[in-house]
Order: sequence, then structure tokens, then C-alpha cells
Amino acid sequence: MATLFQGVGAVTPFSASSSLDSNKLLLPSRKSLSISDSRGSIFVYRSDALNLKAATRKQDLLIPNAVATKGETSTSAKSGHELLLFEALREGLEEEMERDPRVCVMGEDVGHYGGSYKVTKGLAEKYGDLRVLDTPIAENSFTGMGIGAAMTGLRPIVEGMNMGFLLLAFNQISNNCGMLHYTSGGQFTIPIVIRGPGGVGRQLGAEHSQRLESYFQSIPGIQMVACSTPYNAKGLMKAAIRSENPVILFEHVLLYNLKERIPDEEYVLSLEEAEMVRPGEHVTILTYSRMRYHVMQAAKTLVNKGYDPEVIDIRSLKPFDLYTIGCSVKKTHRVLIVEECMRTGGIGASLTAAITENFHDYLDAPIVCLSSQDVPTPYAGTLEEWTVVQPAQIVSAVEQLCQ
Amino acid sequence: MSFSATNFAQPRPVPVGIRSNEKSLSSDPFRFRFRGSPSFLGSPHSLRFNPTPPLKLAIPHSRRSPAAAVTDVSNGKMVKSSANMLFGFVLQLITKEEGLELYEDMILGRFFEDMCAQMYYRGKMFGFVHLYNGQEAVSTGFIKLLKKEDTVVSTYRDHVHALSKGVPARAVMSELFGKATGCCRGQGGSMHMFSKEHNLIGGFAFIGEGIPVATGAAFSSKYRREVLKEASADHVTLAFFGDGTCNNGQFYECLNMAALWKLPIIFVVENNLWAIGMSHLRATSDPEIWKKGPAFGMAGVHVDGMDVLKVREVAKEAIERARRGDGPTLVECETYRFRGHSLADPDELRDPAEKARYAARDPISALKKYMIENKLANEQELKSIEKKIDEVLDDAVEYSDESPLPPRSQLLENVFADPKGFGIGPDGKYRCEDPKFTQGTAHV
Repeated sequence: MATLFQGVGAVTPFSASSSLDSNKLLLPSRKSLSISDSRGSIFVYRSDALNLKAATRKQDLLIPNAVATKGETSTSAKSGHELLLFEALREGLEEEMERDPRVCVMGEDVGHYGGSYKVTKGLAEKYGDLRVLDTPIAENSFTGMGIGAAMTGLRPIVEGMNMGFLLLAFNQISNNCGMLHYTSGGQFTIPIVIRGPGGVGRQLGAEHSQRLESYFQSIPGIQMVACSTPYNAKGLMKAAIRSENPVILFEHVLLYNLKERIPDEEYVLSLEEAEMVRPGEHVTILTYSRMRYHVMQAAKTLVNKGYDPEVIDIRSLKPFDLYTIGCSVKKTHRVLIVEECMRTGGIGASLTAAITENFHDYLDAPIVCLSSQDVPTPYAGTLEEWTVVQPAQIVSAVEQLCQ
Repeated sequence: MSFSATNFAQPRPVPVGIRSNEKSLSSDPFRFRFRGSPSFLGSPHSLRFNPTPPLKLAIPHSRRSPAAAVTDVSNGKMVKSSANMLFGFVLQLITKEEGLELYEDMILGRFFEDMCAQMYYRGKMFGFVHLYNGQEAVSTGFIKLLKKEDTVVSTYRDHVHALSKGVPARAVMSELFGKATGCCRGQGGSMHMFSKEHNLIGGFAFIGEGIPVATGAAFSSKYRREVLKEASADHVTLAFFGDGTCNNGQFYECLNMAALWKLPIIFVVENNLWAIGMSHLRATSDPEIWKKGPAFGMAGVHVDGMDVLKVREVAKEAIERARRGDGPTLVECETYRFRGHSLADPDELRDPAEKARYAARDPISALKKYMIENKLANEQELKSIEKKIDEVLDDAVEYSDESPLPPRSQLLENVFADPKGFGIGPDGKYRCEDPKFTQGTAHV
């Protein structure tokens, strides 16, 4: 499903000569960054700047559809190439491995097997067994190994076969990944990316259907992002690899086969920004990962009923992009958070607190947060369906909110 | 204890792949037939058996298991040391310069730790401080053989590892005082010593969590050599940890990975028999840790950790093996800490007789005796080294006293390498651009 305002032609490229050091503290706010390397300049897409401008333009027009149809996207529909989300991840990964020989992958079955979700397919044949390392089943230790390698100059990507398995690596992620930059007084950086699929799938059982975003969000020193489309999957993967901070990239088991047309040119997205999916007037719906699609489905129904929801994919789970969210809240005055995370102590809970703290005066109604039920995901299909937020619930929540 | 040739370089040899004939030991855990080594008697009364008088560590070759020495396996040759021992050669193990270097390093370690205790009781440092007294031979024996680019990973008992690796005493002391001039800007403390310049990557508070990091550093070294094709990348990594850690899963997982990929790492077990108040024998089904190496297909060596020259011999071999690319070694150093687990530990559980026995094997006095008996140095030279170290430490304390405490602005500086990680604030600017950020008062 193509998202609005992310066509190739819509971004202003910087010239090749202006290269900004993204590590500098003082950054020009909200301008596009371009990183030029030996291959020429690449374009960074900053969705917010374009979208807000476009949104103000579109304010006067009626929005006939909840989602962009093929015809609405700009001329880019003809250029670019179509691929599935896992292929987009692989493309991003491969481009980064090509660009920097220090980038390596480690995880279970990433090498010869090609990754349990085929994200690393073909890479071991191309780059060798040491660069795409098949590890034994020892999450704690190979995550720690990734951290040690990152401290000594490599840029590893650790794949958890399922995010739930990272529970075994919690010691290393919390104590070492998040903290070592600080406890070493800034001497060592840990440019590691920890990624893997999580979320509720199709009757995978409780332990393979975990949403661990909430567990990791308190760890100081790490960033968390969640991808939801092939476009942002590739962009976030590349951004995460290039970042000097440790980044946890959450993918979703059910989204790997999403198809989308993405640009041919190289692009890197910002790790800290949210994505405007559908601008609107009546209510702000904040979501991420798979729930984005449930929300867009509900949005179709809502539009037919006469509502105009603004949908934002927050993408950055830690830290929150309070600017995009804030601008939206100031416009609509009503917030609905839809997430797959656990209710207690989840991303939604933190987001509710952050919005209340910062934008309380702009709210006309209490923030409504729809999360999964606080139950271990049942195996039975019907029960599993009721664990997760469904579009019907979203529709009724918006109706109640907008009364 | 004399350092004649019969005593030196007698690592408990274990070949890779050959099963030791000590299977009978596991059937009755309290009837170990320790080959002349009295050290495992360090257990509570009820577990003690046959208290033997302190034996000289001379182990005639014939009484050893028929297994060959570690070098044997890799070279396929008869081990040189036993040949020498059989013929009663007295080998010149170290030169005068080396001896003085070792002595100075051990004295620095000992005096530094004693100064730490003083400063702690005077209220200059707080928290958990774990002192290394008695174990200096292990740190000096291993680390003094390393190059600057080699990596060392330690645990919370890391002051002396830092000093041996070359971190200045000033930097370590002010880190302990929590000052901004400390090696980690005062943010790490006693248990988190880091130095990028000297390749000391920690300092870890939880036992075992440094071992995977060390494995990663070794992986990095192998990666540089084989993928990045840097011919000079033959750096080795030393991971120091204790006997308590050897019951932890991370230890075994890393032994497996290191042996599997032949990583240039040496696992150094500082077996001081006690994990706070838990005797090693009470916690471990098979207390001979060196045996766990061959189980994973790597060389396992046991060495007397109170004897710096023996440790150095074993270390040399292990480091050379790792540099060649022949894989890891597990070295168990039998050692002892003269003080409690930390400065907060009353140390009432350990038997005074055991402590006295080990105090008699003080590595510093042993080296001193060796150097004087072998005419490598005289009293005067050694005394002048001690005086020099006293001055170094006085200077370190003075420097630390006068150093400034970290200012508030330091609070948020090192959380992220790229401070954009604090995200975008409600005003649209990155939080790190907020002036309050640099003052440390920003709300993030």
C-alpha cells in the first residue's frame, strides 16, 4: 500500500557539495540532511516538511479516499521498483554492506539458511561466512559478542529470529548495549543494530507472539524504531546501520510480504521522525507497525461515515517525535492511540503520558489508548483476534471520541 | 617456596581431545586426588579432607597423568620444560629488566589497592570497591606480555588490570573518587574502568557479562584479519573472570563460540576459591575449571596463580597460540585474595589457616626472593622501586583530590553517541539543541 507524499519527485535535493555532519550537536532544525559520499549525493527524505506543506494545500479539498490510490501518487509511480518488505530490508542491508566493509550480520540461521524470514538471503554467498555469521543458539552471548565487536570498530547487525528470543539477551542489551557509552565516559560507541520480527502472527502461540517494545523502552541509551512499509523499512534499516547509537529495529511477522514501489535512488530516513500517513482534521490517530493497517482500514469506514481522521505512524518508539505529534494534536484536539503493544507499561502508556505532559491544554477530550489485551496471546484463532485491536474497535473509539 | 626449575612451568597439562583419566574424581566429589596441590583445601571444615601439609609444588613427571603438555598438542613435540626438568636445568626465565618491570607492576597493583582501602575508609570513595590484593601475579603475568593494541576485559575487580594495561594511576584514582578527570569522567566508578587508548573495554559489574564482549573483541580481530584483510590484525583479547563466573551460562556459550571460530581470545580464570562467601567447592559439581576447556575442544591449562613466572610462561604460550590463529585457551590460575570480596565484606567465613597459607605464598615476596637469589636485583633496587611507586600514588591521590567534580552539564552528554537520539521536542527542534541540554537540566 503506497503511502502519501513520499514520491521521488517531492523532495528538494541538496547539492553534492553540502555535506552535513549528522553528529554535530547543533543541527538546522527541520531541514533536510544530505549525506554525500564518494558516489555522489544521496537524498534524504524528511517526510514532515513536505507533508505539512502539502497538508495545508489540501485542506481546502475534500478527501475522497482514506488511502492513496495509485493515481494520486506523483510521477514516481512509473519509476522505482516494486518489492516486498523483506526484500526492501535486504536491499537496505545489502547496500550498507556494500558501502562499508565493517558492516556485518550475526544471528541464527542468517547465513546459509538465508534468514528465517529471508531478510539475509543470498548475503552469505556474496560476503562470506564471517561477515554473515551463523551463530549457535546463544542469544545472550552472541548479542554480547555483537556489542564487543561494535566497541572494537565493527558495525554489526544482530538478528533475533523472533524478538521474543531477545528476552534471553536482555542482560546484554540493557547493561551493555544501552549503558557502555555512558559508563565509559563516552570512550566507546556501540553502533549496533538489533532487529527481528515480533508481534502477533497467525496463531503462532504465546511465546512467539510477543510485543517487547515496552520492555526495552526504559533502557537509557538505545533508540527504538518500528517499520511498517517497504519504503520505511529500507530507509530505517539504512539509518539504523549508519547511526552511531544502538538501535533496535522492530519488524512485524505479518508485514514481511507487503508489496510497494520504492525509489531506485538511495535514500535514508530519519530515525527520530514520525510519518504522516493521512492528514485530517477531526482526530489524531497515532499508531505503528501492523496496527497502521488496521487503522487505515478503519479510516476507510470512518471517511464513509463522514469523519476525517489524521493518521500518523509514529515509527520512532523511543524517542517520540513530539513535534509531528504535537502539531497534529494542536490541529485536531483529540488523540487516539492504537497499538499492538501490551496495555500495561506499553508504548501507548508512555505516549499518553508524554502528550498529556506537553499538550494538555490542546486536548478537548481524554486520550484514548487502544492496546492489546494484557493476556499471553492465545493459540485459538478467535481468541487471538480478540487479543489484538480490530478495525471495528477503532471505528467505535473514534465515534465516541468525536461526540 | 623456591623457584627452582622443578617448580616452574608446571601447568596442569591437558591435551585437546584426550580424555583425562580423572573420571574417577567425579564419582566421589570429596575425595579428589589433587596432584600435590594443596590449594583446593580451602573449604569449610565439614568438607575438608586429609589436610596435607603445604607441599612443594614439585610434581615428578611420572606422577602426572600420561597426558602431554599443551605445547605438545600443537607442535607434536615433546614438551621442552619437562625435558629440562628431568635434567635439572635451571633456566633463566627472565632478564633483569623484565624482572624489575614485573616487580614494579605488582608493587603498583598492591600499593594502589592498599591506598584505595585507606581512601575508602577516609570517605573519599564510596560504593562497592573490590580489591585485588594477592592476585597480582595473574594480572602482571598476563598483561605485561600484551601489546598496546591487545584488548583486556575484566570484571568489577578491575583496578589492577587497568594499571597493568597502562592506564595511569592518576586516571584510575580520580575515577574512584568520582572526579571529572577519571578515566571514565567519573561516570563509571570502581566497577567500570574503560580506556580506549589502552584497549581496556571494561569493567563489568555483573559477572559473566564481560565474557561475550571479550568474545566480540576477539571476533573483531579475526574479522579484520580475514574480511578486511589487515595483515597486522593479530590482536588478542584477554578475558579475566573468577571461579563463580564459571558456573554461568555466558561462560560456556562463549567457550563454545570461541573454540568454534578459533577466536584469538584467552579465558583467564582467577580462581580464588571464593565467590563472596560461597566456596567454589560448594557451588561447582566439578571444581577443576581447566577441564572445561577440552570439553569444548580448546586447550585447558591449570597454573599456580601465586607465581608470576609460571603464569607468564603459560600466558606466553596461550598468547602465541591466539596470535597464530590457532584459537583460544582456557587458563585456570589458582590464586587467592588476601582481603574480603569487597571493602564491605567482613570476611569472617574463610578459615584463618587458609589465609595464612596463602599469605606465605605472596607473589610479591616470592618474586623478590627469586630476584635476589638469582642475582637479578638487590634490596636497594627493589626498595627504590617501592619508593617510586609510593610517590606515584601520593601524586595520584593529590591529583584526584584537587580534580573537579563533574559539573551538571555532564549529566546528559554521553547517553548517546549521537545526541539526536534524544529525539525531537515539541518545538520542532532536536532536544540536544536545547541550551538546557548542555547545562544538564533539560527534560529528556
